[in-house]
Amino acid sequence: MENRELFDEEKLHLTLSRLCAQLSETYGDFENTVLLGLQPRGVRFAKRIHSLLLHMYPGIEIPYGELDVTFFRDDFRRKESPLVANQTNIQFLLEKKRVILIDDVLYTGRTIRSAMDAMLSFGRPSNVKLLVLVDRNRKRELPVQADFCGLTVDTLDNEKVLVEWAEQGGKDSVRIQIRENKKAES
Amino acid sequence: MKGKLSVKHLLSIRDLTPEDVELIFKTADNFKGILNAPIKKVPSLRDITIVNLFFENSTRTRVSFELAEKRLSADVINFSSSSSSVSKGESLLDTVNNLLAMKVDMVVMRHPAPGACQYLSHHIPAILINAGDGTHEHPTQALLDAYTLTQYWGGSIRGKKIAIVGDIRHSRVAFSDLLIFQKLGAEVCVCGPGTLIPPDMTSVGCKVSYDLDETLAWCDAVIMLRIQLERQDTAYIPSLRDYSLGYGLTRDRLQKIGREIPVLHPGPINRGVEISSEVADAPQSQILNQVENGVAVRMAVLYLLAGVAGG
Repeated sequence: MENRELFDEEKLHLTLSRLCAQLSETYGDFENTVLLGLQPRGVRFAKRIHSLLLHMYPGIEIPYGELDVTFFRDDFRRKESPLVANQTNIQFLLEKKRVILIDDVLYTGRTIRSAMDAMLSFGRPSNVKLLVLVDRNRKRELPVQADFCGLTVDTLDNEKVLVEWAEQGGKDSVRIQIRENKKAES
Repeated sequence: MKGKLSVKHLLSIRDLTPEDVELIFKTADNFKGILNAPIKKVPSLRDITIVNLFFENSTRTRVSFELAEKRLSADVINFSSSSSSVSKGESLLDTVNNLLAMKVDMVVMRHPAPGACQYLSHHIPAILINAGDGTHEHPTQALLDAYTLTQYWGGSIRGKKIAIVGDIRHSRVAFSDLLIFQKLGAEVCVCGPGTLIPPDMTSVGCKVSYDLDETLAWCDAVIMLRIQLERQDTAYIPSLRDYSLGYGLTRDRLQKIGREIPVLHPGPINRGVEISSEVADAPQSQILNQVENGVAVRMAVLYLLAGVAGG
């Protein structure tokens, strides 16, 4: 398996700061705004964005929740075994809130479609935008686009975008992994 | 992470591996979260039709299954034997095959004959869930009892001592509970009058006691069972009053052991017979927790069994 680095640590940190600055431009003092990290892989990225926002803009209050979309996916009964769910943890209602959905990689767009479905269990948001770290361009199967994006890459089917965070034991890195004879998923 | 049960149907606790149980509990945790969200419904089973076949009376189990199915967006058909062609002499297999001809994907069945689900599973293509077969098994009740205790003890029942008290002979819950608790590493003692305990219980590795106070002093949790008068063809106890004096769980009895233990009951409870009102309504009573967990556990079982491609 071959690896190609997309972000080193420094570039990743610059990108995170840039994304936070863009959010601030759009959302001002973040009034009535909530962050929702998508389980499982979007959560670490969302937590980083959340703490960086609080650090860069002291005094803002921005609730953070974690959303699991497993039970809302469109591939139920189409796989050998059902996906194991993760915990949804949202301690507030989304009714009339401005929601920022956060995931690490945008690929087919199906996870985001499920997320928009799952999110409605907590109320009707006034506005929803999507923030992703990596957009795997030209692989979309649904009409879904990111509003804020760290990096757009063109990838092949046998490539997988790997996002790793220092919290997992290694260091922050974003790489493309090329797998032989395997259909990529992300 | 993918998760698949090792079984195609849920017929008996005996068929499940400890990993299966763990997967069901983990999935139930997530469904419990959904049941506490403002909108308590997910679309997972929206293209699935489930028939609830109840050849015996039931309130809790039937409502719990129906709610679990509806929360998962399945199409639900309820069938009870009293209002069906069974009373006109149709056989079980014919009844079920007629229902399946209407493109039913899953069958949840309660039947008075032990092994009825096992028999059906050899003859029909649908996924089967045993909701109680005579005095044999009641696997989803055992799963929710074990799940309730797992939550009470913060993650595991391994090494705990659990007493099952009452009409062991006629209780499918007792048998399924015994199997699942042992599977998960707990120690089990059955307690009741000698006439209501099958003679070979020690051979399945559980303790047997005829003294409730002694059992309460030993155990970390107690499961009270109802006297199943409808299954008793001869008199196994002198009278309900006599039974209640010997084996009824009262506040005095619980106070004597000097520590708080969780009290479970699969329902329906007979207040003043096997359990006093004070105990049934006490904070340590898990009875309503069991009912709440029942829906989440049944959702987990339905989701995991239905989720296999082509299943």
